[in-house]
This record gives sequence, structure tokens and C-alpha cells, in this order.
Amino acid sequence: MAKKTASQSDQEAFQEKVKTCKFRDVLYETISGDEVKVLYTPEDLEDFDYQRDLGYPGEFPYTRGVHTDMYRGRLWTMRQFSGFGTPEDTNKRYKFLLEQGQTGLSVAFDMATIMGYDSDHPRARGEVGRCGVAVSSLADMETIFDGIPLDKISTSMTINAPAAMLLCFYIAVGEKQGVDSKLLTGTIQNDILKEYIAQKSWIFPPEPSMRIITDIMAFAAEEVPRWNTISISGYHIREAGSTAAQELAFTLADGFAYVEAGIAAGLDVDTFAPRLSHFFNAHLDFFEEIAKYRAARRIWARHMREKYKAKNPRSWLMRFHTQTAGCSLTSQQPENNIIRTAYEALSAVLGGTQSLHTNSMDETLALPTEKAVLIALRTQQIIASESGVANTIDPLAGSYYVESFTNRLEEQAEEYFQKIEDLGGVIKAIEVGFFQKEIADAAYRYQKEIEEKRRIIVGLNDFVLPDEKVEIDVLRISPQVEKRQIEKLAKLRAERDNGEVERTLKELRKSANEGSNLLPRILVCTRCYATLGEIIQVLREEFGEYKDPAYF
Amino acid sequence: MAEKIRVLVGKPGLDGHDRGAKVVARALRDGGMEVIYTGLHQTPEMIVEAALQEDVDVVALSILSGAHMTMFSRVLELLKENGADHILVTGGGIIPEEDIKALGEMGVGRLFGPGTPTDEIVEYIRGAVEEARAK
Repeated sequence: MAKKTASQSDQEAFQEKVKTCKFRDVLYETISGDEVKVLYTPEDLEDFDYQRDLGYPGEFPYTRGVHTDMYRGRLWTMRQFSGFGTPEDTNKRYKFLLEQGQTGLSVAFDMATIMGYDSDHPRARGEVGRCGVAVSSLADMETIFDGIPLDKISTSMTINAPAAMLLCFYIAVGEKQGVDSKLLTGTIQNDILKEYIAQKSWIFPPEPSMRIITDIMAFAAEEVPRWNTISISGYHIREAGSTAAQELAFTLADGFAYVEAGIAAGLDVDTFAPRLSHFFNAHLDFFEEIAKYRAARRIWARHMREKYKAKNPRSWLMRFHTQTAGCSLTSQQPENNIIRTAYEALSAVLGGTQSLHTNSMDETLALPTEKAVLIALRTQQIIASESGVANTIDPLAGSYYVESFTNRLEEQAEEYFQKIEDLGGVIKAIEVGFFQKEIADAAYRYQKEIEEKRRIIVGLNDFVLPDEKVEIDVLRISPQVEKRQIEKLAKLRAERDNGEVERTLKELRKSANEGSNLLPRILVCTRCYATLGEIIQVLREEFGEYKDPAYF
Repeated sequence: MAEKIRVLVGKPGLDGHDRGAKVVARALRDGGMEVIYTGLHQTPEMIVEAALQEDVDVVALSILSGAHMTMFSRVLELLKENGADHILVTGGGIIPEEDIKALGEMGVGRLFGPGTPTDEIVEYIRGAVEEARAK
């Protein structure tokens, strides 16, 4: 037997001693249910290899960050997700946020837009402008970005099934402003796989959906080369109740599925992979989240280089946006949400995020008020300017706990990749409800832990204010919004060149059947003010609609 | 033994956030009720048709998209038209206090916000149905 090192003996002595201590009777697990030890030591990083496992920022495997200079060169983009009511309302909010020092825009659409219905469709009733802004045509997009120069600002759009159409709307707004599409910067979420898995805003079945996505990748590589074509999203997976490991694994599995689809469509991986970006959740468990971001970068880099044979280093590096966890907020004592959000945001910054949205304290009650949004933005500015954490890169590297947790999450993700492969890949796993069941189980377990008070949420199941009356202003959306949008649409339909609309929609239908790239056709429809609903309807008729296995 | 309480858990409108609906559906099932889950993207018409077909005691709707005023009032209206306004309509989601009050006045039962313990929902439904059955 090998002789014990001094540190091993010390470690054992500590373990014996600590056994005699009486711990507080609480759960010693991460929020995801992973056991946490009382102490981490060099023993937890036995075969740690700095060069192999971490490397330097801006270098493979990017565990420490994707840029050489990280926040010294440029801070993360402070990008508050926002949009509500009419395009005019949203334009006003954007100008307010930009005046307050926000550095990028992020558009929230209402449910009708997200599902591809115009504001005047019967299925849009009650939804217009409610949880985001209503966009039915290029005219609405022109209003949203009125007075906002698209060559100076980057815009992220949370849009999935109709992502191709909204990208074309944006390109067309750029044309009107005289901005070449090659100069446009921003992101469309365009991550349909996580819609089937978690967020549930789909239109078409998986196969035509994947075709639209590869069409976008091919089109954007030529026409909008600075645009992020997919924001591969774990955010919604986590919000639906997953653990950190599931968020990490399912998101990356989706990402690899897009890479495989692109390669299968005949694209060279290095033409589209550099434009893929990611989007993660920042939940409450501080170190678990930091480990998650670090593991994500390392896994992506390793797979992209080794498995998918990407040669361009830009294909290896994972850039990501983060949003603090909406599901961690409480409607009880809502001001406490400011503090939760601040810690979550800090984990994202320590994890090396490229952009960040901080939730507002009132979001469990309604869309945020201007005051609540301002506090959320100030939270980021305080982290950036006052806390000192942006001075040095990846300051938690080398922490026995964080490094061993980074390793553990990578292992857990690899185990999930294997399971998904055994099921026949991501789409097959969706069809048998694998992800949906894993997430529903985790969500239910978490809820039970809270109800049984094994997990404490301040203000919710402990430190409760008896007879609390929540007194907080909420943003109200007037029913007039729906009426105004419907009137505007009627006017648009009466005034545009309807012959041209019909002709371009017919061309689109032809392209859908022929299998040629849909994007140039959609752009042409867009320019003559064909509506979102009309464009989607053509594709609905050609591609059919997806139905979900209603599992609980 | 009393007949099992039958609950239709519905997601009306276009909202896809189904975490709450699924957690509540499981809790009601664990609480000994018969639960029918409609799945997503249902119109009020589809929900009421299912409620009638399944002969439920309760319709529980989950809405997080802000369309609650439209959806709840339409479901109430359709139940009434079909002579089924004995069915309790309850639910939850992101619903401001003022709207909860207005919906209550229309005839909607209790509405539960984020953070509600599932036991509270199970007990409320059990109590309300038993009371209605005793009449």
C-alpha cells in the first residue's frame, strides 16, 4: 500500500473530528439535490490538470472564459428583456432603458406573436400585448425601432417558431433605415427543440422546424453574418423545473442536435457554429451555477473540436446570455426578490456571462413597472462598478469546491448525453416524453421539499409576515391595446398592395414544397407587408402542426 | 364511499408555461382525485367540451400569459350556456389582486398565485366539492 501523504492523514483526522460535530438540521444539498460535503480539499481534485481542464481565458477548453481580456476589455451586455402593449409602448420603454445606460435590446413578444397569430386572429383574443409586444407585420417592427439606429445597437429577440419571419422583419427595418443587413447584430432565440422540451411554444412538427433552422443558418451566414442564429436555451428548461445538471445536459444536447442538423444539411460546421450562442438560467445555488457555466464552456469546446471536427476556434467557444431565475422569485414580500436577483446575477458574472438580464422584483405579479426595471438594471451596474468582481478573470478557478463541482456537472451531463443517444437522439427522446418527464419529476420533487419545509424559501415557508398585504404597483395592460392593434391591422390590409402580397405568399408556398431556402422568400413577403399570420399560415398548411403528448 | 372528485386541469389560450399545471395535477391525483389534463393551447370551447364530456366537478385553469380575464369569463359563459354552471371554476397563475377580485365577482372560485402550497389547493377543492354535493 502506498504511504499516506501528510495531507491525506490531516484530511482523515479532520473527517474524524468533524463527525463528532453537531450540524444544524437542514438539507446539505444543492438546490438540484446534489450532496454537498462539509469541506473540499486537494483530495477532491486528484487528477486535476490545469492546462487540460482549465487553460487560459480565450483558449481551449475555455473553462475560464471565452475572451483573453474578459470584462477588462468590455463588460457583459446589460440587456433587459422587455416588451409589452403596443409597439408604441415598447418603443418608449426601450428609449427609457437606453437612456438609463442599458447597452442592448431584448424583445419580448406577446403569446399571439410567439404562436404565429396576427392580433386580429380569434386565437389572439385576450393575449394581445399582454406578456410582450404585439407584432403582426413589418409596420409594427418599424414602430418598435423608430428612432433607434440598428447599426448602433444589438437586439435579441425571444422568438422561436416564427424566428425566420421576425429576423426578416428586422432586416427590412434595417433596409428602411439604410443599414446593410451585413452590419446588423443580434440574436434570434430560434431554439425549437427546447420548445418541445420545456417552453411549449411550437407551431410545426420537428422535421420542418429543423429545416427552417438550417435554412436560417445558411441564409444568415451569407446575408447577416454578425447575427446569432440560435440561442440554445437552458433558461426555459430550468424554469420548467429541471435541475442544474438537466439544464446543462439538455441544452447542450439540443445544441449538438443543431450542429448535426447543419452538417446533415451539407453545411460546413465552421460556417455556422461560430454564430451559435447559448442562454442559461441563474438560479439561487450560487456555486452550483458558477460550476455550471464553467462546465458548459468546457463540454461545448471539447465536443465541437473532438466530435464535430470544427477547426475554427470560434466554433469551439461558447458565448452565452444569462437571465436570473424567474421561478426563484416569490410573490410574498416581493422586495426580497431584489436580493435574490442580485446574488443570481453575481453568479452569472463570476461564471463569465456575455450578457445578462436581471429580473424585476414584481414579476411574479405582472410585467414590471419602470421603477422595478430600473432597480434591476442598477443591480447589474452595481456589480460592474462597485463590487470589484469584474477586475480579474474567473476568480473562483482553483477553488476545490468549484472545480470539483465543475467536474461533477460535466460527468452528469455526459451521462445524460449517453441516455439521449440510447433513446435515438434528441427528437426521439422528445417524442417519448423523456425530457418532459425528467423535468416534471424534478419540479414536483422541488415543490414537495418546499412544502415539507426541507427547503426554506424566505417569506414563503419561513420568516413569513402574517397577514401580509402586498402593496406594490403593477403594470396594467389596457384592453384598448387589443382594439388598437386590430384597427391598425385592418388599415394595413386595406392599404397595402394585396396582389403583391398574394404573389409573394404563393412563391413562399412553392419554396416550402421544393425544399429551397425559405428565407429569401419570407423576406420578400415581409417587404410588401404580408403579415406574420399570413406567412405562418402558408407554412402551417404545408408543414402541419405539432401536437404534444399531454403528460403530467 | 363517496365518488372520486373529478377535476379537469386546463391550459387555455396560447401560453405554454405548464410547470404549475403539471405540479398541481399531480398533487390533486396524489390527493385521491381523478385528474384529466387537457394539454396545452386549448380554447375555452375545447375546455368546456372536455369538462362536459368528462362530467367533472371542477375546472382548474392555469394562465400565466395575462389573458386570464378573457379566458375565465369565456369559460364561465360557456358552462352557463350548457347548463353546467354547477361546475366549480378555479385556477391560478400570474393574476393581479384586482383581477382576482373582479373574477370572483363573476363567479370564479379561489385563484392561487405562485408559492401556494399544493395542499391548500387540494383542500380547497375537496371542501368546495363536498359542500356542493351535500346540497
